[in-house]
Amino acid sequence: MLHHRAQLLTKIRAYFEQTNALEVETPACSSYATTDLAIESFQLSYTGPGFPASHPLYLHTSPEFPMKRLLAAGSGAIYQICKVFRNGESGRQHNPEFTLLEWYRPHYDHHQLMADVATLVNSVLPAPREVEYLSYGEVFKRHLDIDPHQATRHQLQQCAKQHNIADTGRLELSSNDAWLDLLLTHCIEPHLGIKRLSFLYDYPATQASLAKIRPGPPPLAERFELYMEGMELANGFNELTNANQQQQRFNQDIERRDLHNQARVPMDKNLLAALNSGLPNCAGVALGIDRLLMQITHATHINQTLAFPINRA
Amino acid sequence: MASYSTNEFKGGLKIMLDGDPCSIIENEFVKPGKGQAFNRVKIRNLKNGRVIERTFKSGESVEAADVIESNYQYLYNDGEFWHFMDPESYEQVTADAAAVGESTKWLKDQDICTVTLWNGTPIIVEVPNFVILTVADTDPGLKGDTSGGGGKPATLETGAVVRVPLFVQIGEALKVDTRTGEYVSRAGK
Repeated sequence: MLHHRAQLLTKIRAYFEQTNALEVETPACSSYATTDLAIESFQLSYTGPGFPASHPLYLHTSPEFPMKRLLAAGSGAIYQICKVFRNGESGRQHNPEFTLLEWYRPHYDHHQLMADVATLVNSVLPAPREVEYLSYGEVFKRHLDIDPHQATRHQLQQCAKQHNIADTGRLELSSNDAWLDLLLTHCIEPHLGIKRLSFLYDYPATQASLAKIRPGPPPLAERFELYMEGMELANGFNELTNANQQQQRFNQDIERRDLHNQARVPMDKNLLAALNSGLPNCAGVALGIDRLLMQITHATHINQTLAFPINRA
Repeated sequence: MASYSTNEFKGGLKIMLDGDPCSIIENEFVKPGKGQAFNRVKIRNLKNGRVIERTFKSGESVEAADVIESNYQYLYNDGEFWHFMDPESYEQVTADAAAVGESTKWLKDQDICTVTLWNGTPIIVEVPNFVILTVADTDPGLKGDTSGGGGKPATLETGAVVRVPLFVQIGEALKVDTRTGEYVSRAGK
């Protein structure tokens, strides 16, 4: 497994060398954190020169913000392979510390980047796979006969009930998006990427995260995910470049975090400054290396791909 | 009331679900990279043995079930209930037919069983994997026959009927696998 991992990293670096992306490193510790409601950062405390009293630092959950600062400074296409940290995530497909490959291509949109992702992944798989592109709306229609962009909370609940996700009567979820997540993970994901690479794109605007939103109706987030054998491998965006919109999304996240009693974290002002100075139109994607390794080696648990998983770290 | 958060979920944990005590068989953490986290759990209802799947929102709390498993000695059946005793405290408990279930076929006085108690009341009685029981009735076999081929039914002292080799005689003690209901060997007295 150690050899498989080393070979995979070598192939990835060769791919980016051929396609003219520069390998970069950015800080793993930051004074700012992601405000994403679905992602919890580990918090550290720094005491030392410059900070006599302890200063909070957060371990990055992805290198996205500082990489965008490099893009705004004119770096051109860049990639990074790094460890990222997410509190509370552990299971068959999750380890709280994992390896992410993240890259950005200026002047690409999400469709061009999906093709780039497919080429990279096919270049590291033992046998290349056929690629399919499906919209978020299409897969909900196909597998659940429901329109995810129009359905009411009640319709989503009923759909979950019909598809035997037992006990939905008791399950209390705070948003339509959480119900969509339930249906996607339980009823749709198992069918995605079977013997092929399946891209899902054009997400509901409410799940835009850091993607551009294309006006509707319905408004759609220019976001995509890659699936292989029912497993989510990558998430990408046609990146939001507007600083005001970015700040609004941060503020909205922070309000919602307060509402749900989630940790209050500071938004990344350096990112906002970079967007203000001008981020080129670009698309970016983060791909889980451990999960890709699971696919290559047919591992059934992420722990099989790690030298020392969390319970032995 | 005691409760468990989904972060405490693991195989064997006993929780309450729809008013019934249940045991977790499998727990899977499911989470989209940018979305709601769930715990998808396979659970056995301890009262009826049925296995179901449930999905919880990660971070949710679930009521704990007051379920303990302990060794009890089987005393007697009074026609309606089965009586057991804790061999250390001498405390006695009473199990009904639903709790004893199939185990009744293998229950012999003095035998030690695993009893699952919910709020102090037996809900499951499990006999050991192997028990030794005496043959109460069987057709006389042919002398000199060895264990090969055929076999015949034998009724044991508890009423259970198992297939035994032809040489087995009334009054002999047999070792039986209670999981398969199959004869294993003769057990010398």
